[in-house]
Amino acid sequence: MRSRQKKIGRILSSIYSYLVYLFLYLPIFIIILFSFNTSERNIVFEGFTFEWYLKLFDNGVLLNAYGNTLFVGFISTVIATVIGTLASYGMSKYKFKGKGIIDILLYIPVVIPEIVLGISLLAIFNLSNIPMGLTSLIIAHATFSIPFVVFTVNARLAGFDRSVEEAAMDLGAGRIKTFFTVTLPIILPGVISGAFLAFTLSVDDIIISFFTTGPGSNTFPLKVMELTKTGVAPDVYALTTIVFIVTVAVTFITQRDKKKPIKG
Amino acid sequence: MKRSYRARNKTIPLLTTVSPVAIWLILLVAAPLLYVLFLSFLSTDGYNVVFLFTLDNYKNLFNPTYLEIYANSFLIAFFTTAICILVGYPFAYHMARAGKRKKTVMMVMLMVPFWTNSLIRLNGWKTLLGKTGFVNTFLQNLGIIREPVEILYTRGAVLLGMVYILIPYMILPLFASIDKLDHSFLEASNDLGANKVKTFLHVTLPLTFAGIFSGSIMIFIPSLGYFFVSDIMGGGKSQLIGNLIETQFKAGNNWPFGASLSMMLIFLILIMVTVYKKSGGDMEDLGVM
Repeated sequence: MRSRQKKIGRILSSIYSYLVYLFLYLPIFIIILFSFNTSERNIVFEGFTFEWYLKLFDNGVLLNAYGNTLFVGFISTVIATVIGTLASYGMSKYKFKGKGIIDILLYIPVVIPEIVLGISLLAIFNLSNIPMGLTSLIIAHATFSIPFVVFTVNARLAGFDRSVEEAAMDLGAGRIKTFFTVTLPIILPGVISGAFLAFTLSVDDIIISFFTTGPGSNTFPLKVMELTKTGVAPDVYALTTIVFIVTVAVTFITQRDKKKPIKG
Repeated sequence: MKRSYRARNKTIPLLTTVSPVAIWLILLVAAPLLYVLFLSFLSTDGYNVVFLFTLDNYKNLFNPTYLEIYANSFLIAFFTTAICILVGYPFAYHMARAGKRKKTVMMVMLMVPFWTNSLIRLNGWKTLLGKTGFVNTFLQNLGIIREPVEILYTRGAVLLGMVYILIPYMILPLFASIDKLDHSFLEASNDLGANKVKTFLHVTLPLTFAGIFSGSIMIFIPSLGYFFVSDIMGGGKSQLIGNLIETQFKAGNNWPFGASLSMMLIFLILIMVTVYKKSGGDMEDLGVM
């Protein structure tokens, strides 16, 4: 009797979790569906076509915006990963004056609303005559990504046995050699997931990009924002569908090889 | 000799590892925020910032029109947080009770929608909820409604958009805290005769409170600022504090007032984070994602 009750409970909670997933995926299904719609307006599905996937490659503005997104994402990720990994390493190893201040400064971009970070960067870029465009976008994206890289690498360094480093140095390896041949390989999973997080945040960012971009340097999200006012054409959905399928495929392949549970 | 020298001298490695982040954060986090604080005391001639000290921007915060916007924004932030807890908790609980392999799959499936830009996904909702959208057609076919109802461009639609975008930020910390839960406590409670509801209210809920709190901060704060959700789902009818700040820095061109609004938000967050830390919350929990 009790086990039956338990079973029903489990089924109900399974159904519930599927409903939550349905809620999360429903708009994505709609986008995929409407990327095949013959009508240009995304209101009613009128018929099936592939034409938007072909037209997509003639839409230079859109492809250019997507290129900008990937470019900004890539460069800002490299910057944030290098600075963040070094910081995490140094801060966990050494005690020094002002460490508390750096800690606080690291938390600020995480807890303040993006809009406040966005307008403050806009104000300082304006003051210091930094050209608004890809450069300012890269600087802004690296700024909000650095703390996330630091936290991710910190988590990895927490379980790191420092005596391994000492052993390497006792055996005559210099500091730099020790870092690259002993420490880095051990913390690499943390560094990679930090970089991955930084890239995801950059590619998805809307608000900070909105304030820190300049004329002519639209990213994909900003382009979509601009189009939302007049109506998003199905070629945007076609591009989204392609990216969605690629990311799902990549996730599926990497997850299949990895048996360990991932951490968010 | 060489070893003791190496053990003592840590200046160079310290400088190479920590100074890049220190310089970056000082120039691009501390300085900009201090500059915004400074701006909030300056005047404007209607177009440019004028270097004239004033407190008007702070007085202006209490303008009744703006008070209405804050009230709307807090209401939406509050309900977004509450709905995310109510919807997210059972889901996180189910996820935490699943097997190792299933946990991974569930986690990945939770993250996948994130890789499609949130603006696009909101556009998907727009198609669903419009007057000729699926939801209206479906309800009409069922005979529940006769005429299409306005679902989009309401406060409810903004709320839906917020919950949709932010709910993973609640599920993840909830999952982390439920997953950590020591099951012997639940068994002990059961053995001592408490029923399921009682065990949940007196054991599970208090023990997972940290997750609820950090999730709430991660949702409440951004939802005050996500002006694009209100733009798309509310058609600009349901203004948030974020919309108000955005206007000051773009169309309205009143940077000093925008700066004072930002300072008000920072002050509010300072209070929330202090309470969070005082109640034993871990700052790094706010950075998981």
